[in-house]
Amino acid sequence: MSTHSEVLEHADGATTKVFITVWFALLFMTGVEVFLAYEQIPVVIFLVALIGLSVIKAALIIAYFMHLKFEKLSLFLTLFPMLILCIILMLLMFLPDSSRLMVMRPR
Amino acid sequence: MSESNSAATMTSAWSGGRSPYAVNSKKFGMWLFIISDALTFSAMLMAYTYVRLSTPNWPTPFHFSPSIIFSTVMTFCLLSSSLTMVMAVHSMNHGRRKAAVAWILATMGGGGAFVALHLTEWLNLIHNEHVTPFDNPWGVPLFGGTFFALTGLHMTHVVIGLIYLGIMAFAVGRGKFKAEDVEVSGLYWHFVDLVWMFIFPLVYLMSAKI
Repeated sequence: MSTHSEVLEHADGATTKVFITVWFALLFMTGVEVFLAYEQIPVVIFLVALIGLSVIKAALIIAYFMHLKFEKLSLFLTLFPMLILCIILMLLMFLPDSSRLMVMRPR
Repeated sequence: MSESNSAATMTSAWSGGRSPYAVNSKKFGMWLFIISDALTFSAMLMAYTYVRLSTPNWPTPFHFSPSIIFSTVMTFCLLSSSLTMVMAVHSMNHGRRKAAVAWILATMGGGGAFVALHLTEWLNLIHNEHVTPFDNPWGVPLFGGTFFALTGLHMTHVVIGLIYLGIMAFAVGRGKFKAEDVEVSGLYWHFVDLVWMFIFPLVYLMSAKI
């Protein structure tokens, strides 16, 4: 978090290099997700990795592309609880869903 | 209240004397819209997982070719368009309007490619896998209903974003709008990208494994 004057400094200074690095990181994580989908690994590990990578990707987009990392702490603290709620809502049935499907599939 | 206390209150961030969030009202408004829209998508993703949970023979018609390849390329298009949008905001912050217009148009190119690929993927499902919003060969009509509703709502957001960016590019090119306006449109576009980061693994990649 930073003051408003630092926002401009960040926007002017670190922009291109940092944003391209974040873009490469996002592409790399997407590649890892696709790779894991076709690898012979335990389903639980696959799902945990998938969830973890998705949340990390979302956090990177919010922090850097949407600039929240460089906004005032008050804005971050206002938005963050709702973002956490969204993630909980989305992932609430993610793991139970897949675990139960595995058991219910005909062998 | 004494004069000194009154002055201290007026300079306090929460006194109304200045913005406590240090952002303009348009940007704050967009953040509030994004939060409400994120809750909508969260509810839809939860609904998708719920019907999947309650349906043992949930179909997985997303083969590596073309579905997974297409959706991976679509992810690349959206991520790249987010980067070009960041560059558009950066250009506007430096007063380079022509460069900003070029970056916005590049962003629209990424978004347009996403929509074209998504429609191709939809047509493949409809014609080759015989999936419609109301019926499919596996007898699980909720699959088509939830799939098309979820991806359709997202694609609608992308199309609205393309229109929004088109208007921004046109106006910025004519010397209208400020850097903060481009930044606000960028927030919307990054949100569209953000939502896809959950739809892609939840709908497509999970089907490859289970």
